[in-house]
Amino acid sequence: MTLALAPGDRPYLPRGVRMRPDHVRGGQVLLAPEKAVALDPIGEAILSRVNGQASFAEIVDDLAATYSAPRAQIEGDVQTFLQGLRARVFLMVRP
Amino acid sequence: MTAPPPIAMLAELTHRCPLSCPYCSNPVEMVSRQAELATEVWADAFRQAAELGVLQLHLSGGEPASRPDLPELTRAAHEAGLYTNLITSGIGLTPNRLDALEAAGLDHIQLSLQGTRADLADRIGGYKGGFARKMAVAQEIKARGIPLTLNAVMHRHNLDDLDRTIEMAVELGARRLEVACVQFHGWATRNRAALLPTRKQTEATKRKVTEAEARLRGTLAFDFVPPDYYSDFPKSCMGGWGSAGLNIAPDGKVLPCHAAETIPHLRFDRITERSLRDIWYDSAAFNAYRGTDFLPETCRSCERVTVDFGGCRCQALAIAGDAAATDPVCRKSPDHHRVTTMLEDAMRDAEGAGFTYRVAPR
Ligand code: SF4
Ligand code: SF4
Repeated sequence: MTLALAPGDRPYLPRGVRMRPDHVRGGQVLLAPEKAVALDPIGEAILSRVNGQASFAEIVDDLAATYSAPRAQIEGDVQTFLQGLRARVFLMVRP
Repeated sequence: MTAPPPIAMLAELTHRCPLSCPYCSNPVEMVSRQAELATEVWADAFRQAAELGVLQLHLSGGEPASRPDLPELTRAAHEAGLYTNLITSGIGLTPNRLDALEAAGLDHIQLSLQGTRADLADRIGGYKGGFARKMAVAQEIKARGIPLTLNAVMHRHNLDDLDRTIEMAVELGARRLEVACVQFHGWATRNRAALLPTRKQTEATKRKVTEAEARLRGTLAFDFVPPDYYSDFPKSCMGGWGSAGLNIAPDGKVLPCHAAETIPHLRFDRITERSLRDIWYDSAAFNAYRGTDFLPETCRSCERVTVDFGGCRCQALAIAGDAAATDPVCRKSPDHHRVTTMLEDAMRDAEGAGFTYRVAPR
């Protein structure tokens, strides 16, 4: 399957995957089956916008506006990050 | 040195199990039912673990479903904020119990697979009808949408069925497949000749896993534990002794890994006698092999030392007779010839070698 997200794809965290604060080490951590991934502020900013409603394009727009950064660059970063999660089945998408 | 906080904890709730797999990682000397920790002791241990920094809790055994209080234990772990993973053979997970576990906040199930066919699976698990019951449980898990990992323990007798194993994982809706080649600890050391795969099987397995991983990316994730003894370098033991995870045995002994009790000079504290924080940071057993300073020069001057930490302490003890030695699986180890001899012996005796099954505790 292709892992690339189309502009209209709505990503979500499936059952068994969630983000929560790590009270001991600080920051946010993504918990998935038998794995824990420490998130950097960028990962956290992206995942806090992943809710099953927002489309990939909307997430990119929102991040570009919030951080006043070039849209193309943000799009590339978000695409890479979400594809990485999708490859590990930590993220799924609805068309 | 200061240790980082632990990430994962394995709670061996019981050593009881209806199966008797000849590779079971439980120690040969098992804890009896009478000596098992009470519900409240476990619940308190889970809270201590969460405060210490543990994120992932593996509820294991034996067969954890042999504990009637499994839903209460799951709830306690969930309320402590831990991600709860049930490691099970599936036997004993009735729809009613699955209801209770889901209600208690169970996050994920890791289901073991002894084989892809009833005759083979039941012979390996030593439990007639086990495969059929396991498949019924797997369907029930799938229907409920509980996140599932299939843990296929692989060896000489089932490695040739790897393609079918992968297909089954996809059919059962698993998101992850562990291709876990038998590790020679616990009961497995008594079954080397019967279980060690051939070199040909080992090579084919690596190829098949690489191919399937690429083909199924996004559908099924793989965790691959390659066969012991065939590699040039040892596996990193859990990211180094006392650095990422800990175990609690059914009687409350806190261990750096499930095989640690095979190192005879170490004394392990119990959760009923000392706090988990003290044990993790300050106990002699946890500090015994932290870092790399204790290792021989062969390892300390090697560029892989930060990757594998000199390998497995329990294996060093079992094969080289010294828990501080270079893991003899490493081709640089002065004891490596012992591994080569073990492989040769196992291959010679493989034909017709029967299983020594795990014996259940009372
Ligand atoms: S390996 Fe087999 S015998 Fe050991 S606990 Fe698991 S299912 Fe039971
Ligand atoms: S010499 Fe030691 S550190 Fe180097 S690969 Fe072998 S076991 Fe690992």
